[in-house]
Amino acid sequence: MKGNVIKYERDNIDTDVIIPGQYLKVHDYAELALHAMEGLDPDFHSKVKEGDFILSGRNFGCGSSREHAPIALSHSGIKAVLALSFARIFYRNAVDGAFLLPIEIEEDAYSDISEGDEIDINIHTNEIKNITKNKIYKMKPFSEIIGKIIEAGGLFKYKPD
Amino acid sequence: MNITEKILARASGRQRVAPDDVIFANVDKVMVHDVSGPGVIKVFDKLKKQGVSVDKLWDPTKVWVAEDHFVPSADKVSAENIVKLSNFTKTYGIEKHFKYGMGQYGICHTLSHEEALVLPGDVYVGGDSHTNTTGALGSFACGLGHTDVAYVLLNGKIWFKVPHTLYFKLNGKLPEHVMAKDFILKIIGDISTEGGAYKTMQFGGSGINEMSVESRLTLCNMTTEAGAKNGIVEPDQKVIDYLTSRGAKNISLVNGDDDAEYEKIYEYEGSEMEPIVAKPFSPENISIVREAPSVELDKSYIGSCTGAKYEDLEAAARILKGRTVKIRTEILPASISIYKRAMENGLLKIFLDAGVTVGPPTCGACCGAHMGVLAKDEICISTTNRNFPGRMGHVDSQTYLSSPLVAAASAVTGKITDPRDLN
Repeated sequence: MKGNVIKYERDNIDTDVIIPGQYLKVHDYAELALHAMEGLDPDFHSKVKEGDFILSGRNFGCGSSREHAPIALSHSGIKAVLALSFARIFYRNAVDGAFLLPIEIEEDAYSDISEGDEIDINIHTNEIKNITKNKIYKMKPFSEIIGKIIEAGGLFKYKPD
Repeated sequence: MNITEKILARASGRQRVAPDDVIFANVDKVMVHDVSGPGVIKVFDKLKKQGVSVDKLWDPTKVWVAEDHFVPSADKVSAENIVKLSNFTKTYGIEKHFKYGMGQYGICHTLSHEEALVLPGDVYVGGDSHTNTTGALGSFACGLGHTDVAYVLLNGKIWFKVPHTLYFKLNGKLPEHVMAKDFILKIIGDISTEGGAYKTMQFGGSGINEMSVESRLTLCNMTTEAGAKNGIVEPDQKVIDYLTSRGAKNISLVNGDDDAEYEKIYEYEGSEMEPIVAKPFSPENISIVREAPSVELDKSYIGSCTGAKYEDLEAAARILKGRTVKIRTEILPASISIYKRAMENGLLKIFLDAGVTVGPPTCGACCGAHMGVLAKDEICISTTNRNFPGRMGHVDSQTYLSSPLVAAASAVTGKITDPRDLN
């Protein structure tokens, strides 16, 4: 899975900045996408392209349980968020709803990958290739159940053993 | 096993569970509200298109519906969402729908305890992150998103990874001027907003035994802000009395074993606790009130599932009695039952005499929805739970989180004020 990186070099990107509370009443996915990241980066909507990735620090998606957050990112074209760690409900929503891949990365990838870099994520080898910089980083493998739900295409398509 | 493990073992039909086990737990109670409900309806619409049957819920008697975030309807879109909710409960035969303007209604987490909708030992999930609140009754209470709640509504179960448990022991009572809110802010300041991530935060010790059920609800409510999967307190006679007085029957308690294991134990001395505020823009950014910056406040907000239970209003009334507010102050009781008790016991008169605007139960400005949201550069002290950028309105507004005592004292002075320092 190849794409370009939009980087937010900070921790605790919360759901209130991913999609501000005033839009919680909105359930039209395309309209939510118009306001993605509005609380942090008003230019996000104009710069994001289909297939892009977000790269950020620790505790990405902390705060509310609003599924609007992965929905707004996903319908903006974001295919994966790479972060040092994720808040639990954002992580679950991203996977169970099959909106985007939450990829846990290590410090080397976080500090090395720059805004605009083209990267290739391989969730079978757990490697991230930085095409722009010609480097390879490890990602943390998904736990067994997360891997299976992703493979199935979301919780509703997953058949427990 | 500890209490959380025992509840999850029972719910998954196992003798034992241990941290990191992945289980499918049978769910006892489910909640959706006017934000997550329409979100679930949207998931149902998608499923229908994929050929999945959404004709029947697994058990409509175990589901309740709250109207809280954008009520009374803030605008046309939120009014449509309320209509959608009403159609949903009618279609699926959900009887427990607490409608505004029709008797008891209020914030979903408040209803969970005020209406005794959740019992000790229950696995309870809700389409809201602060579902953790209800763990104070000795249940496993956990927030989920729309897809997960839709899955529970159709299948009656959901997957969990059994959490590791952090145990917070409070030795001795909190001083009179210190509330549960101060204690949980202190904990979040110590462990950070990620310190409880994916974990259980359990509270115990003599200080917790002494604490009212409502104070325990405040503690569990804000475990969400430390990233926790659930917050929990071992249920006792106080919980039984609390729920029985609200009509609950057949209460049976689940408690942890004597040899229960915890990942880490934190100890606090009640007598050493101080009034605390969390400064912008994170609940972990704490300061002792007496050392807080001397900012000119624009507003004091006493509301939300965190800070507008009866006990919270009583605390505010102790401060506001015979005094006048210096800044805009709003008080929004968290449910109609609390509102009525506040009226019957004279609290509303105290508030109105002090110059406060008393509003209806709603999540309101806590999540920047409506009813008093903040303008650019406005500074608010609030009994709510989060103060991320833009949480209560404009992205350049600021919120200080505090207890109702501190929010009321600050309303009187216009500055962040320790209740002990009021004339």
